[in-house]
Amino acid sequence: MTFLQTVWLVVKKDLLVEFRSREILYTTAFFAVSCVLVFSFGFVQDGRAIDGAAAGILWIAVAFAGTLALGRTFERERQNETLRALLMAPCDRPAIYVAKLAGVLLLLTAVEAILVPLIALLFGAPLLAEPLMLIALLLAGTMGFAAVGTVFAAMLVRARSRDVLLPILLYPITVPVIIAGVRGTAALLQAEPDVAAARAWLSLLVFFDVVFITLALWTFEPLMTE
Amino acid sequence: MSSNSRRRILILAMLLIALAVGPAVVSAQQQPPPKPAQDEFLPIDQLPPGETLPAARLLIAAYAVVWIGLAVYLWSIWQRLGRVEQEIADVTRRVQDAQAAERPRPAGGAGR
Amino acid sequence: MRAFPVLTLLAAAMFAYAPIMIANAPFESTMGLVQKIFYFHVPSWFAMFTGAFICGYASAVHLFKGSRNADHYALAGAEIAVVFGLLGLITGPLWARKAWGVWWEWDVKLTLALIVWLTFLAYLLLRRFGGPGSEKLAAGLGLFGAANIPFVYYSVNWWRTIHPKTTVVPTLGPGMRGAFWFCVAAFLLLTGLIMAARIRLERQRARVDDLYLSLED
Repeated sequence: MTFLQTVWLVVKKDLLVEFRSREILYTTAFFAVSCVLVFSFGFVQDGRAIDGAAAGILWIAVAFAGTLALGRTFERERQNETLRALLMAPCDRPAIYVAKLAGVLLLLTAVEAILVPLIALLFGAPLLAEPLMLIALLLAGTMGFAAVGTVFAAMLVRARSRDVLLPILLYPITVPVIIAGVRGTAALLQAEPDVAAARAWLSLLVFFDVVFITLALWTFEPLMTE
Repeated sequence: MSSNSRRRILILAMLLIALAVGPAVVSAQQQPPPKPAQDEFLPIDQLPPGETLPAARLLIAAYAVVWIGLAVYLWSIWQRLGRVEQEIADVTRRVQDAQAAERPRPAGGAGR
Repeated sequence: MRAFPVLTLLAAAMFAYAPIMIANAPFESTMGLVQKIFYFHVPSWFAMFTGAFICGYASAVHLFKGSRNADHYALAGAEIAVVFGLLGLITGPLWARKAWGVWWEWDVKLTLALIVWLTFLAYLLLRRFGGPGSEKLAAGLGLFGAANIPFVYYSVNWWRTIHPKTTVVPTLGPGMRGAFWFCVAAFLLLTGLIMAARIRLERQRARVDDLYLSLED
């Protein structure tokens, strides 16, 4: 079986399982929305949002929702011992990583599709002024976050205290993603969208993605085996 | 061997006690000859008046933190080493006893 | 390590002499007395980053070669990074309070140091609370954490900066330069000694585990 065939099979399996109950999708989306709501109480004064709040809130909601989604996805695998079964299958281990990454990415993109219009509405932010750049930033940033998160969530399946350890491990590593994402989005939200700055942050995100996906592919097998 | 490593750590810990003399020396200021101007850190001869007191408190606090922090850490390593070596001695003895009990003839020097 | 007692005495002597060098170093014109924290603050950071990179490299070796020795180095490196990082994070604000008027500023070096410190603190938490087999998982974190350092630096750098520039060190006058590099040497020597002691502790722990295993047989 080729690498891509394996990836496709696992992704299909995950999507099928998810579509039956849509549990993770609904709960993650709802959680993200409630995050945004909670933040609005903190960052809205006199009926108007504080400057630059929209970009920050978008990315924080993505980070929190992403952590939750990662935890839930692998918890499901752990409960049914399917991860071990997958690892015992005669296929490329990195293919399993890529498949899991793709699944998480799809999930988070779906959530972001809800978040962006919602935040644009609640905070009066011109999030759709430069749609292509924003989509690129969100994709690159979510990819970086998910790339590191998938490795950590997968390796923590075997650990104790995995629920609280995932954010503890993940947030310091994904700080560059958050900074780049927030500053890039904020640059696009200015009265005069600063596309050059956004492009600079985007290039940092892409570089981060390349380096850490490579690292993840490299280390996935040793991390998942005893 | 266990007392050897404990002694090493003890020496390391004594270093920290020797350092406790440090802050007293810092307060004995001497005036150095004037130095040429630098980019960022510009050295001067005398402290301007009204500069000394709040800064001294922070300075001493900073150095105290470093000494005490290092001392506490070294002490904790020493403690842990002591405990582990105690445990090694216990378990080695138990292994030797178990092996001696197994064989018909006692196997001297079986443990390491 | 037979050189251990000699090196320890050397480190002790260096630390005992350091305050004399620091007291003799000239004052800084704008920051005055409080700038002298610099002689211990910056070497603490040197020690922290040394620990961080040792941890990263040793983590990679442990992950790919399965070397238990490398794991000991990784743990020792992480502990060094956290201890010396904590010293730097405390002495920094004490200096900043007088020099900049605020306890904390979101500038490059401070933020980078804080994040690297948190990363290796997370490493220690994972080792402590992750349960059996967490050495390998922590190695993964150590590797990712060390690889992350340049990214954090650049992202925070583009974000903002008010720290004294790195160029301060090359332009130090002779009185300051001598004291500074002496303190760096003292700290790095101490780092090496602590690592040796810490690794020995881990090796002894591994020996106890092996002994318990042989007892069960």
